[in-house]
Amino acid sequence: MEHIVIIGNGISGITAARHIRKLSDKKITIISAESDYFFSRTALMYVYMGHMKFEHTQPYENWFWKKNRLNLVNGYVSKVDTTNKKLILQSAEEIDYDKLIIATGSKPNKFGWPGQDLKGVQGLYSKQDLELLEANAPNSEVCKRAVIVGGGLIGIELAEMLRSRDIPVTFLVRESSFWNGVLPQGESQMINEHILEHHIDLKLDTNLKEIIPDENGWAKAVVTDKGETIQCTVVGLTAGVAPNIDFLKGSGIETGKGVKVNNYLETNITDVFAIGDCAEQHEAIGNRRPVEAVWYTGRMMGEVLAQTICGNRRAYNPGHWFNSAKFLDIEYQTYGWVFGEKSKKDHEQHFHWRHPKEKICVTIAFHKDTQQFLGINTFGIRMRHEILDRWLTEKRSIAYVMEYLKDANFDPEFYAQYEENIVSHYNSQYGTRITPRKKSWKRIFSNI
Amino acid sequence: MQVIKKIGLFIFLIGLTIFTILPFIGKFKVTPASLDQIIQEKGISSEIFIQKMEENVVGEEFQGMLSLSPQIAQILQTANARHRKDKEYKKVIYTGAHDMAAAVGKASGSGFVVENKGLMWFLTFGLGILGSLLFIIPNIVLLGKKGIKNNGIYHENATNRGWIAWLVFVFLVSFYLVLYFRSEYAVNWTYLVDPISEFLSGNPAGHWFVYGFMYCTVMTVMAVRMYINYRHNMYQMVRTTSVLFFQIVFAFLIPEIMVRLQMPYYDFKNAFPLDYDFFFQWNLKSLLNSGGIGLFILVWGIVLTLVIVPVMVYFFGKRWYCSWVCGCGGLAETLGDPYRQHSSKSLFSWKVERWLVHGVLVFAVAMTLMTLYSFFTDSGTVLGLKTQSVQNTYSLLIGAFFAGVIGTGFYPIFGNRVWCRFGCPLAAYLGFVQRFKSRFRITTNGGQCISCGNCSTYCEQGIDVRAYAQKGENIIRSSCVGCGICSAVCPRGVLKLENGPLKGRINPTEILLGNDVDLMDLVNKK
Repeated sequence: MEHIVIIGNGISGITAARHIRKLSDKKITIISAESDYFFSRTALMYVYMGHMKFEHTQPYENWFWKKNRLNLVNGYVSKVDTTNKKLILQSAEEIDYDKLIIATGSKPNKFGWPGQDLKGVQGLYSKQDLELLEANAPNSEVCKRAVIVGGGLIGIELAEMLRSRDIPVTFLVRESSFWNGVLPQGESQMINEHILEHHIDLKLDTNLKEIIPDENGWAKAVVTDKGETIQCTVVGLTAGVAPNIDFLKGSGIETGKGVKVNNYLETNITDVFAIGDCAEQHEAIGNRRPVEAVWYTGRMMGEVLAQTICGNRRAYNPGHWFNSAKFLDIEYQTYGWVFGEKSKKDHEQHFHWRHPKEKICVTIAFHKDTQQFLGINTFGIRMRHEILDRWLTEKRSIAYVMEYLKDANFDPEFYAQYEENIVSHYNSQYGTRITPRKKSWKRIFSNI
Repeated sequence: MQVIKKIGLFIFLIGLTIFTILPFIGKFKVTPASLDQIIQEKGISSEIFIQKMEENVVGEEFQGMLSLSPQIAQILQTANARHRKDKEYKKVIYTGAHDMAAAVGKASGSGFVVENKGLMWFLTFGLGILGSLLFIIPNIVLLGKKGIKNNGIYHENATNRGWIAWLVFVFLVSFYLVLYFRSEYAVNWTYLVDPISEFLSGNPAGHWFVYGFMYCTVMTVMAVRMYINYRHNMYQMVRTTSVLFFQIVFAFLIPEIMVRLQMPYYDFKNAFPLDYDFFFQWNLKSLLNSGGIGLFILVWGIVLTLVIVPVMVYFFGKRWYCSWVCGCGGLAETLGDPYRQHSSKSLFSWKVERWLVHGVLVFAVAMTLMTLYSFFTDSGTVLGLKTQSVQNTYSLLIGAFFAGVIGTGFYPIFGNRVWCRFGCPLAAYLGFVQRFKSRFRITTNGGQCISCGNCSTYCEQGIDVRAYAQKGENIIRSSCVGCGICSAVCPRGVLKLENGPLKGRINPTEILLGNDVDLMDLVNKK
């Protein structure tokens, strides 16, 4: 029986394993040194905040793995021997494979800051990072102040976590406005305001210069490039993540930033594949990045690779881009492409609406010549994935999107609806006379 | 603000302490007149009982129910034993010892509590309400910006099965045990609400009135907490208002006012088989003897169960009843909300749930069929089983223990919907309709789920919501009461409770939206 070995028990590896099991009877082994069972990394923050216990982050009960004949090995792969098709674990144990899937995810970026390896300095990625944070910052008595370096999604999550225990937080953001490499200006501005509302000391346009140790080798302060010294107990490094592939050195598997793969998620070595955060496409697909460190893409790659492994060789050919996040209290969803000011192309025009009082806003990108709808960002309004995906496929115009916007609303019942305001704002801005249509179940479910 | 909260907690605890001490104190002095009154009310013809009561009880002053109750139990037992021995069955008293003690107690209470009902109400209910509001209302400021407020739930002793939770458990269980099995100890509580009861129905309060009043009070106070916690979520605001309205108006006020108007006591929203004694002989007789209104209630009760309930479930899902109207659901959604995370999500629990809840439904229906057979044929037994004993068994095991003691008492340990999930026969019935013929579903938003588990953790019905959401599949489960919390706590906007066409409601998928469209077609449409 063919033996499929998967390194990494995150969403990519586990999705691949589940689908291979559905499609075949192959022997499947999953190796991880991080945790015995699959858990949702995105939920680690809720454990610290007391919303959940760690076991709640595990989507499958513990009996699931044995029942589905998924062998779990708790171990750290230190070497991959592709010639003899075997793995050597840190414990010196050896595991033979017929096909190998590398799904080892990411590790937090460190950019060689002085003091980056001091005690009290940490990232937030793994279960171990969570445990470390629990030890470093159990409460505001022990942790007098935390400084977070890096204004991305993990940074703001870490800030929210620490604030949930009333720990003072200083948030150093390299950009001139929060996450504006990705978000258009209006949205980024709104999040800046929201961060301040949560009593987080947001320092924009500010870089970390060094972390100063105390006599015991613990971080005691950070120095910024503005010359400011900030006393602190914990430093969170959240300046993005990079593929976790150091163990592949010398294995002959081609790596760049990540494990180099073709469209079929195959590496340069036969029978070795890479998926999820750690894979790097030779050529980026559409507007996507070569390394996609996103939950959804990891899952999709797992879904596709399972087909290939089980004899139905298929390229990774994802559909329309979508993503979501939550910035403190504000939910964010995006469908299609809406670029920030820096990476916005010339033809991409934005329509922006923001609620006068609430932290709610919408940005819709469209082609300024053809009027084609390119993508939408919503903050504080939930959107129906299926509808937006359909509009993107059908290459609808911005006017169409405005007219049928109510169909796309996914907010819970009885919520205030803002489509009328959005469309009237659009009308006044572009001199159009669009009247939004009533939501229609018939249209929403028309594809069934 | 923190200080106000602490003061509130302190005041609440004083009120609670006084309330808890009440059953053990007070003076009871039985006068000849009050004895006569009881003899009349209960239709007592046992001269032994009357004589013994006159010798040992009348004129004596008893300190607390602990000394009065055993006396009465003993007299009752002696009298009944004698009559049975002498085959004087007509003189045997069928009122239970505890009910008798409660009746005697109620008629003979004297002293501070009885003379200061208003003050005592304030020192118990009043302080309780005031204290809890002082504890809850500062949260408007303390909880900060509106949004999900689950910080620290698993760090807090009270909401993480710590000693406070166990104390609450012991208190609630004891309270229900008193209510169902030792009503004489509730006599002092009844005095507190006598003025209210007399105002509403014209009668002094019994222990069930205490319960009803307390139920409404607790729900109202905890609804304030709901309004503050979920102030960003209109669905929760509207739903909380709805359960509160139905509890106070339908379950509490209307039945009391009906009594004042010489009508039968009836809760118009309490549908059979949750209202398991609707078809019991005494109820049918009482309804049939109550003229037009009795007949109306009889027809309404039948139509409610057979037509209104299933039709509404078809259009809106069982949530219209379970989390918008029902009293049990109302308490669970207010008092029980801090404990919703304790419902077990394991597959094992789901199996137990299905056996139990459907078992109770079968039990309820079988018992009712027996009851109706007995009613129409005037025979006390069906297939050799005594109808009366089956009814008694159901009332004790299901009505008292399961719905009351376990259903509410176990909130802090097993979550707030133990009864609704494992025991309620009406929920089981609505569940069939919801699962097989309803427009209701929780829609999963394409491929947006990140498997975080907030939805599953906070599902009070123990549904592993995430198991569906992460597969891109709508949640169609008979047990879902549509409380809407999964949708509220979802950080990525994945879940929406909605009513839509039946077609495509159940949509199992292998590959989620967002991936290769050709692959989705290939895998999902085979």
